Amino acid sequence: MHELSIALGIVKIAEDETKKANAKKVIKIELEIGILAGVEIDSLNFIWSSAVQDTVLEKAEKEILIIEGEGKCIDCDTKFSMKNIYDCCPNCGSNFKGILQGKELKVKTLEVI
Amino acid sequence: MCGTCGCGSDINGPSILKPGDHKHSHEEHQHHHGEHLHTHDGHHHHHYHDDEHSHTHEHSHRHKVLEIEQDILQNNAVLAARNRGYFEAKNIFTLNLVSSPGSGKTSILERTLTDLKSEISFYVIEGDQQTMNDANRIDALDIPVVQINTGKGCHLESDMVFDAVKKLEMKENSVLMIENVGNLVCPSMFDLGESKRVVIISTTEGEDKPIKYPDMFHSSDICIINKIDLLPYINIDIQKLKNYALQVNPKLQFFEVSATKGDGMEAWYGWLKVQSKKV
Repeated sequence: MHELSIALGIVKIAEDETKKANAKKVIKIELEIGILAGVEIDSLNFIWSSAVQDTVLEKAEKEILIIEGEGKCIDCDTKFSMKNIYDCCPNCGSNFKGILQGKELKVKTLEVI
Repeated sequence: MCGTCGCGSDINGPSILKPGDHKHSHEEHQHHHGEHLHTHDGHHHHHYHDDEHSHTHEHSHRHKVLEIEQDILQNNAVLAARNRGYFEAKNIFTLNLVSSPGSGKTSILERTLTDLKSEISFYVIEGDQQTMNDANRIDALDIPVVQINTGKGCHLESDMVFDAVKKLEMKENSVLMIENVGNLVCPSMFDLGESKRVVIISTTEGEDKPIKYPDMFHSSDICIINKIDLLPYINIDIQKLKNYALQVNPKLQFFEVSATKGDGMEAWYGWLKVQSKKV
C-alpha cells in the first residue's frame, strides 16, 4: 500500500505550493501517472479521501492524466507501446529497451483560490 | 496523519533503535518520535527553499492555476541523493536488500557477515514493521546495527535511512547492508541512496515471481536465488526463473546460493569484495 505514501507526497506538494502562492485551498489538482509507474490508480483513489482530510486538498477535484507506456528498442531502434515493464521489442524480440514514457508520477497543475 | 503508516497519530510511526535500547524503550520511543517530527520539519523547510520557482503571484481571490510539474517522489529522491553523497564521501558501499518475507534476507546477511567480518567492516540497518528480532540476530555477531520499525509502513524511505545512519557513526571504507521490509512491491519505488539494489528470491517462491512483481526486478542490479539446497525436493526450473527475470531486466546479475548450507556463497562474496574496494 505504498499509494498512501504517494498520496501524502501529493498532499505535501499541494500544501507547500498553496502556501507559496498565498492561496487558501486547492479546487482542482491534475496528476500525471504513467501506467508503468508502479501505482495502482484504484488504490490511490481508495485512500485519497483519508489522505486529503483536513488539508488544502480536502475539497479539491482530482484529475488523473494516464500516460501510456512507450519504449524504444536498444538493438533495432523500433519504438513500441508498452503495457508491462517486461514487454520485449515486437520487431526483434530484444529485452533491452529504453522507456520513453510511462514512468511519470507528477503533480502537473494546481488550481488554487 | 502519519506520513509513513497512515495511522491517526505518531504512536505507530517509525522508530529507530539500537539493540540494548529496549530497556528504556518507552522513553526512547518518545524521544525518537520527537526527533522524527523535528526532522520532518527540517525537510519541510529545506524542501520549501529548494523549490522556490520563479513564478510570482499577486494577492487575489480569483482562481489561479499553478504549473507545478513536480515529481511526487522528489522529496524521497532528494534525501536519497543526500544519503548517497555521504556514502560516496566516506567510501561506503551500500546495498539495499529487498525480497518477499521469508526468502532468507536475514539468513544470507548473517552468513555473509559471519564469513567476511574479518575482512570487511560491516554496518547493518534492519527494516521491519515490528520487533527488534533481526537487529538482535545481527547484534549477536558483533556488527553495529540499527533497527527501523516502520509501524504499519510497508517499506523504508530515504529519511528513515538518513536518521538511522546518524546513529551508526560509520567508519570510512566499509559496507552498509540495508535490509528492507519484506515486501516485493512497495520498496521498489523508494531509492534509499544505495550503491546497488539486491533482490532475493527463494526457490520455493515459483519461477514466475519476476513477471508477477516486475517493478522490483526492474529496479534491482543483483538477483540472489536462495535455498538452492531444496532443489531436489521442489518442482522449479531455475533457468525459467532467470529467463523471466532477464525479460524484466536484461542487466540482472545472478548468484545461486544456500544461506543455510553455504553453497554458492563464495561467488557472492567475491563480487562483494570486488565492489567494496571499487567504491
